[in-house]
Amino acid sequence: MPNPGMPQPGGSRPRASLPSIVVWTLVAVVGGLAWGVIALSRGEEISAIWLVAAALGSYAIAYRFYSRFIARRVLRVDDRRATPAERLDNGVDYQPTDRRVLLGHHFAAIAGAGPLVGPVLAAQMGYLPGTIWIIVGVILAGAVQDMVTLFFSMRRDGKSLGQMVRDELGPIGGAAALIAVFAIMIILLAVLALVVVNALAESPWGTFSIAMTIPIALFMGFYLRILRPGRVMETTVIGVVLLLLAIVGGGMIQGSAWAEAFTLSPVTLVWCLVIYGFFASVLPVWMLLAPRDYLSTFMKIGTIVLLAVGVILVAPTLQNEAVTQFALNGAGPVFSGSLFPFVFITIACGALSGFHSLVSSGTTPKMIQKESQVRLIGYGAMLMESFVAVMALVAASVLDPGLYYAMNAPAGLLGTTAESASQAVANLGFTISPDDLRTTAEEIGESSVVARTGGAPTLAVGIAEILSGIFGGAAFKAFWYHFAIMFEALFILTTVDAGTRVGRFMLQDMLGNVWKPIGRVSWKPGLWGTSAAVVLAWGYFLYAGVTHPLGGINQLFPLFGIANQLLAAVALTLCTTLLIKSGRLKWAWVTGVPLAWDVAVTMTASWQKVFSTDPKIGFFAQRERYADALAEGKVLAPAKSIEDMHTVVTNSTVTGVLTAVFALLVIVIMANAAVVCVRAIRARTPLPTTETPFVESKILVPAGGVFSTGDEGREPDKVAGPS
Amino acid sequence: MKAGAVLRFLRWYLREVTGEGEYDKYLARHTHGTPLSRREFERRRSDQREKGSAMRCC
Repeated sequence: MPNPGMPQPGGSRPRASLPSIVVWTLVAVVGGLAWGVIALSRGEEISAIWLVAAALGSYAIAYRFYSRFIARRVLRVDDRRATPAERLDNGVDYQPTDRRVLLGHHFAAIAGAGPLVGPVLAAQMGYLPGTIWIIVGVILAGAVQDMVTLFFSMRRDGKSLGQMVRDELGPIGGAAALIAVFAIMIILLAVLALVVVNALAESPWGTFSIAMTIPIALFMGFYLRILRPGRVMETTVIGVVLLLLAIVGGGMIQGSAWAEAFTLSPVTLVWCLVIYGFFASVLPVWMLLAPRDYLSTFMKIGTIVLLAVGVILVAPTLQNEAVTQFALNGAGPVFSGSLFPFVFITIACGALSGFHSLVSSGTTPKMIQKESQVRLIGYGAMLMESFVAVMALVAASVLDPGLYYAMNAPAGLLGTTAESASQAVANLGFTISPDDLRTTAEEIGESSVVARTGGAPTLAVGIAEILSGIFGGAAFKAFWYHFAIMFEALFILTTVDAGTRVGRFMLQDMLGNVWKPIGRVSWKPGLWGTSAAVVLAWGYFLYAGVTHPLGGINQLFPLFGIANQLLAAVALTLCTTLLIKSGRLKWAWVTGVPLAWDVAVTMTASWQKVFSTDPKIGFFAQRERYADALAEGKVLAPAKSIEDMHTVVTNSTVTGVLTAVFALLVIVIMANAAVVCVRAIRARTPLPTTETPFVESKILVPAGGVFSTGDEGREPDKVAGPS
Repeated sequence: MKAGAVLRFLRWYLREVTGEGEYDKYLARHTHGTPLSRREFERRRSDQREKGSAMRCC
């Protein structure tokens, strides 16, 4: 690629060459054709390949044209300007890094279980709403947010989102942002941990293989520290081999006398996770966190590639309907509420994920070599995550809908046996026989598939279905199922480790303002205390979710989605304000339109969750219904006891209050931003921003092809001549 | 594209992404005095990570 510098003022833009015009026309035609097939096929089963083609075609066009437009016209990236990585290079956190390497790091940091879980749950609305939102959402909102946040943070030496809000909006917005980020992270960790608990509960195979990842990681840690320092690749290979053995070993444990020791109840698993989370965050990083990170990143990339190959080779047909009845009547069993707004908060990661703004401000901007690379790293990595979400939606949609609902409706609705589940699914308008449910459970090596909520088990069945079609056949289904469970649980646990640590740093930072010693990173009691506080905070919500009579995922996932999308609102508010403050009002729509959409979605969802009179949707309506019954001494199904009734009342109150608090915090930030924007528009000269001044770049970046290694043609000491 | 070039790229990419090549880069940069041993270098590098933690997203 030629040097993608700024278009020369006054100069004529180079004309597109004929081959390039032909290629891009072809991409547009293929993408358009795929969308046409998806749009026009009703009542007949379509192949997943059309979804993949529509996604890839749209991504290519968006990347080539829209992201370039944003980089050049809106952000005005300038490759003559030195990036913080160049100016502040310290070989540690500030370090110019090859764009493809940084893309790998950034992608591994943003993509986790989110893009896999959300689309699976949203499949209850049919495959169409989810697909459209994932693809259109990422192009116009999600990838834009990631790229613009990355750019602004890069122009401010890699400041975090919270710091930028404080510096650019003021102390009120800053404080609100700090609290919001922390609270939102606690909910995120709790819900992710809930997915793991639901996947591992009563499953000796899954529990054994996940438990084994701890000794494997410890071994890798010691190997890297003591035996072979720095040999990350060979350590990872050893770890992955051990991991695969652990999956196979789990199958053997399942049928042995040891099975009982690894058959844990959900509540026991909660305690295991809380204790594990505490130790993971206080132990030295090299011991547990770093090796787990290597393992999980390797598994993440490997499985995603495997799944992509699987989807393309098998080209399964979708069993799911395009749009289900639940999209319109809002009575879906997986989560309540109708298509608008709930599809758009259930699928956050993959379309628009506020959490990415924490990665895009912080680690990644300190490593960018050249400004124009925000396009590949910010926009490109998010497109990749979006593709993961499309594949997750495909994996969930190739399943028989009867099976899908038998796995994803809450236990309170389905009962515990194959018979009761079959009956409940029939009541929803789908069919699956008890025998089919038992056969599926047997095939994947589990005792039951009924009410395995959380998305991970469903996705794992879908992945097993697809991968066993290429590798190993039906005999390997159980292996692939547990492989998929392992892969999801592994990187959820990595998020829990890292998230608890980040939460601890935030808490130390916040409390350090009040009482100095707590802020000191090396003061052990402060470190343990804040770690315990963070672990207990998400542990509380995890416990509440696990014991929730109405189903933890059903109740907490909307809260998680709202929290994530509200964080996106904070990031987009900041980006829009910065565009306006820097005199780019005419381009403010680039982040302003996604912001308006996101606010419409999240505020509607929050409003409904708080004020709806339908007890299935509104937390307080639900609270009232159960509290009234409780006052009369009645027990309402699916609660089974007076104690359950109390639990529902408490949980509805907590989740309802939290939803309202999140929404209010974001409203405070946006009001603060509005004031700043009005002031900026009225001012004659642009308001001061905290952008660091221009320093001329002295590094040359080789314009090598995709497969060139970083050393080729690179002359680090050569100063860029006047261009 | 020759297979050799792709393999060379892969090797380079993996070394970069995992940070395995960091020590060699350090040696190349370090021209004065005795450089740290690999053990010491890697130990310092991993201890740097104590100070902050990269966020992993959902």
